[in-house]
Amino acid sequence: MPNTANRVVLDLIVNNHPGVMSHVCGLFARRAFNVEAILVLPLGGGETSRIQLLVDADQRLDQMVKQAEKLRDVHEVSLCDAESSPFEELGREFAA
Amino acid sequence: MPSMTGAELLIRLLERQKIKTIAGIPGGTNLPIYDALGRSERIRHVLARHEQGAAFMAQGMARSTGRPAVCMATSGPGATNLLTAVADAKLDSIPIICITGQVPLSLIGTDAFQEMDIYGMSIPVTKHNYLVRSAQELLHVVPEAFRIAASGRPGPVLIDIPKDVQCQTIDVPRLPAPGEPEAAPDMDREAIDKAARMIDHAKRPILYLGGGVTQSDCAGIATRLAEKGSLPSTMTLMGLGALPHDHPLSLGMLGMHAAKHTNMALEECDLLIAAGVRFDDRATGRLEGFCPDADIIHIDIDPGELGKLKTDCVGITADVTSALGALLDSISTQDRSGWLSRIGELKKQYPALLPGTDDPTSPYGLVSATAALLGPDAIVTTDVGQHQMRAAQAYPVTRPRQFLTSGGLGTMGFGIPAAIGAALAHPDRTVVCFTGDGSMLMNIQELATAAEQQLNIKIILADNGALGLVQQQQELFYEDRKFASSYANRIDFTTIAKGFGIEAVDLADCDSPMAVMTKAMRSTGPALIRIPVQAADNVYPMVPPGAANSTMIEGASNA
Ligand SMILES: Cc1ncc(C[n+]2csc(CCOP(=O)(O)OP(=O)(O)O)c2C)c(N)n1
Ligand SMILES: [Mg+2]
Repeated sequence: MPNTANRVVLDLIVNNHPGVMSHVCGLFARRAFNVEAILVLPLGGGETSRIQLLVDADQRLDQMVKQAEKLRDVHEVSLCDAESSPFEELGREFAA
Repeated sequence: MPSMTGAELLIRLLERQKIKTIAGIPGGTNLPIYDALGRSERIRHVLARHEQGAAFMAQGMARSTGRPAVCMATSGPGATNLLTAVADAKLDSIPIICITGQVPLSLIGTDAFQEMDIYGMSIPVTKHNYLVRSAQELLHVVPEAFRIAASGRPGPVLIDIPKDVQCQTIDVPRLPAPGEPEAAPDMDREAIDKAARMIDHAKRPILYLGGGVTQSDCAGIATRLAEKGSLPSTMTLMGLGALPHDHPLSLGMLGMHAAKHTNMALEECDLLIAAGVRFDDRATGRLEGFCPDADIIHIDIDPGELGKLKTDCVGITADVTSALGALLDSISTQDRSGWLSRIGELKKQYPALLPGTDDPTSPYGLVSATAALLGPDAIVTTDVGQHQMRAAQAYPVTRPRQFLTSGGLGTMGFGIPAAIGAALAHPDRTVVCFTGDGSMLMNIQELATAAEQQLNIKIILADNGALGLVQQQQELFYEDRKFASSYANRIDFTTIAKGFGIEAVDLADCDSPMAVMTKAMRSTGPALIRIPVQAADNVYPMVPPGAANSTMIEGASNA
């Protein structure tokens, strides 16, 4: 069960092609910023996908958002509450 | 428009981007592209001897012109050989387009001969990259690659094209418009007004100019802003030339190898106006100790830079040209005689001492002699080491895009191929490359390219038989334990250069070094001038890595 305290969900709308996950995950990996949980689903006709990342709400978050916004395959970045995010429900399912 | 292959389409699109010269090396998976390139009447191909050389040549073209330049490599080892130079372009925000061949789509993921995931490998070192899946995709990928490379904060873009995509035939009813840089984002007028008021009220402001000023082509505006507000101005290694070196308001370069008065002035300033800079540690020293008493205005086109390191700034996301232009209109004219006379005192108290400048065989003298012989039109490239820092300290840089050096990555081997690229883009100018014996060996094979192209490149080799800058650190910070930093086997560089077909002279034991140097500089075509120097001659002053800029180690001549 993921711990959602002091965490936030980064919500990204991205192009849906095979390299996009590498771009997004690489951004976090090379700044040693752990991604606690990840969820990806295609949107509409499958041209774009929505990625949700559960991450620490530390002082580097602002920089992570700015860097994510710079990725050409990322169309939108927003922040949502970790509590009552799909991760809570999924966490219960995974643990069962 | 008749049907054409992906390779022919690619070359057409590159022609439409007004690409005149491409550096590269062919191989199995990019032969269709080379076949089409060979039939182009508008693009000249320059055969490099190593793909890293090709990518640095593209960098030399891009850095000296400000426009994106192209290099090519085959899949596998060709593509991986590009990567160091691509990373170098990423850190210094240089717009290059790398086009790599890839194994056919059907073989991707099979460990086919010379298959390598260059798309995956290049993600961290490019601004953006593509794996092209159909010839059709080239129609938007190529213009978009040029647009991305040149827009906002520039950077390298890699396009990986499988061989079957190069051979695929498609109908192209209409070619897309060439990719052009996007317009800069609107800037925050309120922030500009606030910044202008801060400048007007500041008692001891300093303007801190970086590579962004060059990229945005606004050295003139920066100079006028400095003049109107009487703002002493310092430049990063990448920003050299933003103000001419002899401008009365110029403080020269800041940071690790700055003149001491520059770092001491920053220590006293109450407002730092940072434009097109990224607060690199080589420039700032220990960040908490950098401009300890100053408010900071930070202007950059990349929002990711604002607040990245210095968090409490007035951040303005804008093209530096528009922001400095708006500030120029908004600030009041001031003479700041008190602050300027304090700067004058600091300059007297801590003068920039560059010993031996009148002896062309001394480490600093070789820089000043070269500058005196070549005049202000020459383009300068450097390699990385003591010779690079001396060139940055002593070369009289008068304009942006004159001094090309590997700033962010500090890549040995940059100098010669970058000089070739600059010379290809500026056949009317002389290009001089300051190199060291360590760096020169890292891309020495490109001497063959320089000879073949008969470019006007003068290579000034400060040969100290050592990795001089490494030895300097070992002496100063590792209790003088010099290890793995000198060459037991001395190389006869003039013989080697001659073997490549390049004129070479040695200033060792030479009766009239200035005359020999003059002759080599004035001849047409490439030349090597070797000057023996002592590795024990450290570059001073120096801020120890991790220390504040106010703690400078000074050499005997500065003490
Ligand atoms: C590709 C690469 N490898 C290693 C280094 C680390 N390094 C920095 S300066 C230097 C020595 C450079 O020697 P040389 O080119 O002879 O210049 P000198 O300092 O002697 O003038 C080395 C090894 C580097 N900057 N780049
Ligand atoms: Mg050396």
